[in-house]
Amino acid sequence: MTTSDDPDRRNVLKAGAVTLGAAAFARAVAPVTEWVDGLSVDGFLQKHYKELSKEEMNDILRRHEQKTADEYGREVQIQDVRPIPGVQFAYALNLSICIGCRKCAEACHQENNHDRRTNNSYIRVLEMTQGSLDLAHGNPNYDHPVPQPGKYYMPVQCHQCDNAPCVKVCPIEATWKEPDGIVVVDYDWCIGCRYCEAACPYHARRFNWTKPEIPADEINPDQAYLSNRIRPQGVMEKCTFCLHRTRKGRLPACLEACPTGARVFGNLADPDSEIRWVLENKRVFVLKEDAGTQPRFFYFFDV
Amino acid sequence: MSPALLLLVACDRGFSDPDRAFAAPIEGPPTYATTIVAPTTLGVVDTSRTDVHGTPIGVGCATCHGPDPSQAWAATPGEPFHTGVSLRHGNNTCDHCHDPADRTRLHLADGTSIEMGAAIQLCAQCHGKQYTNYQHGAHGGMNGYWDLRQGPRTRNHCVVCHAPHDPAIPVVSPVLPPHDRYLEPPHDHL
Repeated sequence: MTTSDDPDRRNVLKAGAVTLGAAAFARAVAPVTEWVDGLSVDGFLQKHYKELSKEEMNDILRRHEQKTADEYGREVQIQDVRPIPGVQFAYALNLSICIGCRKCAEACHQENNHDRRTNNSYIRVLEMTQGSLDLAHGNPNYDHPVPQPGKYYMPVQCHQCDNAPCVKVCPIEATWKEPDGIVVVDYDWCIGCRYCEAACPYHARRFNWTKPEIPADEINPDQAYLSNRIRPQGVMEKCTFCLHRTRKGRLPACLEACPTGARVFGNLADPDSEIRWVLENKRVFVLKEDAGTQPRFFYFFDV
Repeated sequence: MSPALLLLVACDRGFSDPDRAFAAPIEGPPTYATTIVAPTTLGVVDTSRTDVHGTPIGVGCATCHGPDPSQAWAATPGEPFHTGVSLRHGNNTCDHCHDPADRTRLHLADGTSIEMGAAIQLCAQCHGKQYTNYQHGAHGGMNGYWDLRQGPRTRNHCVVCHAPHDPAIPVVSPVLPPHDRYLEPPHDHL
């Protein structure tokens, strides 16, 4: 008679259990092994942006530069551009002279390495009826000569709110407000839940549904970790007031592209700045003031 | 530590390496200048003819209306040669802005003769609000640096954007809009 103490039977059972266990483990870790193509071990173990030392940050920047070279065939420079002490950014837009040409949206598209297929941009220009501020009836898809009689044009982009709903809803602190007022996203930390997209009352956030497609010769090689480096698939992105430019003292790309000078950008903390003159001398307003978001983006009309 | 306090600490995440938090401060007053891109000569009038390569032939205004007495022709608005110049600028005629004594120069309302490049003064006589906005950076495009401590800036002169004879910004075709998923009509979910 054979019992469970039979050494042969025990060994067979053991071997079977080990095989099953190994198979189950392989199945369980399959997603991790499958990730390896798109995500390195270093990337998987990367710490939160604010916990990185300078050396760790440098390693990450070099890794991303290498990845861009491998995947897009372009040598780029990615920097970790930090805020200038004592600078508080704000933006104002003169609706009386905006003609709705979308040059700003185009400049954003090129500057920020947006996906060419979707013609993505952080700026959406609404064609509005004169006398109305009803955003729900603003038409962002107009495709006729501008300006049309009886219409005005309202470009909308991230308002870099001081009380930003998008930051509050992020479950993992992948997005936060920087000391100079810019709300940023760490694309390496974002899990793509899109809560922030839903929370933003200005529809200012965009989601990378696909891996961005950009020809190598059209890539802007002047990149920053928190702004215009090429985003991976499945993460949120947003306007950063071109922080890779503005934190080095340059004007945002959308402002330089504006043919009428409707855009005013500068340092709120400098009493002699253009933005301060506009805020002190024009009747400025913000969108959806009742939402309590305290935007850093102001609109005004010439009166 | 209570869980609520832990959460509060977690939400207020500072930099582990404080040296990474900010860039180097920028000290001192603005040292860079703002340059205004100003045309300093008379323009070119289109003759509606092309050369053998199909390139439009233009004739410089100063060819006829130069400083030399032999070129001091009075410009006549109705003359066929001037049909390419459409004057749609209020009720102005040539001599309201151009100096009749020297066609390479302009003159202010009080008769003071000024250089072509100083035309902003002339424009500002009537367009004071725009000039005020312009002086404060709230009208007319600019390029370069918002921070004159870090780099220079260039600004457009009035006539870079506004043709002086026909200053209204022309109607243009806009750049195509983004294919924005949010803007697409809702799909039928299966």
